[in-house]
Amino acid sequence: MKRLALPLCLAIGLLGPGVHAEGGAIVPPIEHAATLKECGACHLAFPPQMLPARSWKKLMGDLANHFGESASLPEAARAEITAYLAANAGDAAIAKNGRRFLRGIDAAETPLRITETPFWQGVHEEVPNPYFTSAKVKTPANCAACHRAAAKGVFGEGGEEE
Amino acid sequence: MRSLPSILSLALVAIAGVAVAGTVNPARDAILASFAATAKLVDPAFTGFSAERGHAFWTAAHTGGKPDTPSCTSCHTPDPMAEGQTRAGKQIAPMAVSKTPDRFTDSAKVEKWFGRNCNSVLGRDCTATEKGDVITYLAGK
Repeated sequence: MKRLALPLCLAIGLLGPGVHAEGGAIVPPIEHAATLKECGACHLAFPPQMLPARSWKKLMGDLANHFGESASLPEAARAEITAYLAANAGDAAIAKNGRRFLRGIDAAETPLRITETPFWQGVHEEVPNPYFTSAKVKTPANCAACHRAAAKGVFGEGGEEE
Repeated sequence: MRSLPSILSLALVAIAGVAVAGTVNPARDAILASFAATAKLVDPAFTGFSAERGHAFWTAAHTGGKPDTPSCTSCHTPDPMAEGQTRAGKQIAPMAVSKTPDRFTDSAKVEKWFGRNCNSVLGRDCTATEKGDVITYLAGK
C-alpha cells in the first residue's frame, strides 16, 4: 500500500509554507504504551499536540461513537490515555510547536478532527482531493500513507523515511 | 538400542506436530469452551458451534449498527485469508488462523474487539453462539 501511495505523494510536490524543521520531527514520537497500543490499533496514534486538551477530553468521552465506529475501552485505559493526551495537547505548557498547530482555532470551538484545524488545512491546501480518497490512501486521516515516518513525529513533504 | 521411552516421546512429538499444524490451541479452546458454556445456558438445545453459521454471519449485511460498517467484511474483506483495512486506512492482519496463528488466543482481546465491532456492525453485543461460530469459522481458515 505504502509503495503505491508514495509516487502519488511525491507527485504533489511542495505543500506550501515550510512547517517542518529540516526534515526532522515536528513533534516528539509518542512513547506512551497504552496510547500506542489502543489508538494505534486502528490508525496512527495522532500527535496530541495537534489538538487542544478540550478536544481530546471530548473525543475520549464518547468512544462508543468514534467517527462512526465503536472504539470503546475499559475505563482504566480510557482514563490513562485521556490524561496523556491532555497533558501533551497543543495548549499544554510542554507542547512542542503547540501554538502553531492550534492557530486560528477559536476558544469557543472544540475540533474533533485534526484535519478540521486551520493549521492542517493550510499545509495541505495544495494536495488535490483525489489523493486523499484514492483506494490506497482512503482518508486524510491516514497520515502515514504519505508521511511515512509519521510515527516518529516526522511529517515531511511525502515519502520521507528519515 | 533405542529405549521405549524415547520412542514414545518421538511419537508424542509427532502427534503434537500434527496438532500445531491444525487449529488446536489450548487458549483458543478455552475461549470457545467458555462461549459454549454460555450458549448452553442461554439455549439448552445448543449442540455446538458451526463454521457454516459463522461464515454466513461473517458475510451477512447486518442492520442496526453504524451505517459505514454493515458487515464484518466492511473492514476485513470477504476473504479471511486477506489483509483488511480499518476505516482510517491502517492494515489489519488476516483473521484466518492459518495466516495469523495467535488470533483468538487472548480472551481480553477477543472480548474487546467483539464488544466494539458487534456494536459497530449490529448495534448490539454478539451472542456467545455468534462469537463461537465466527471463531470456529476463522479457526478453520
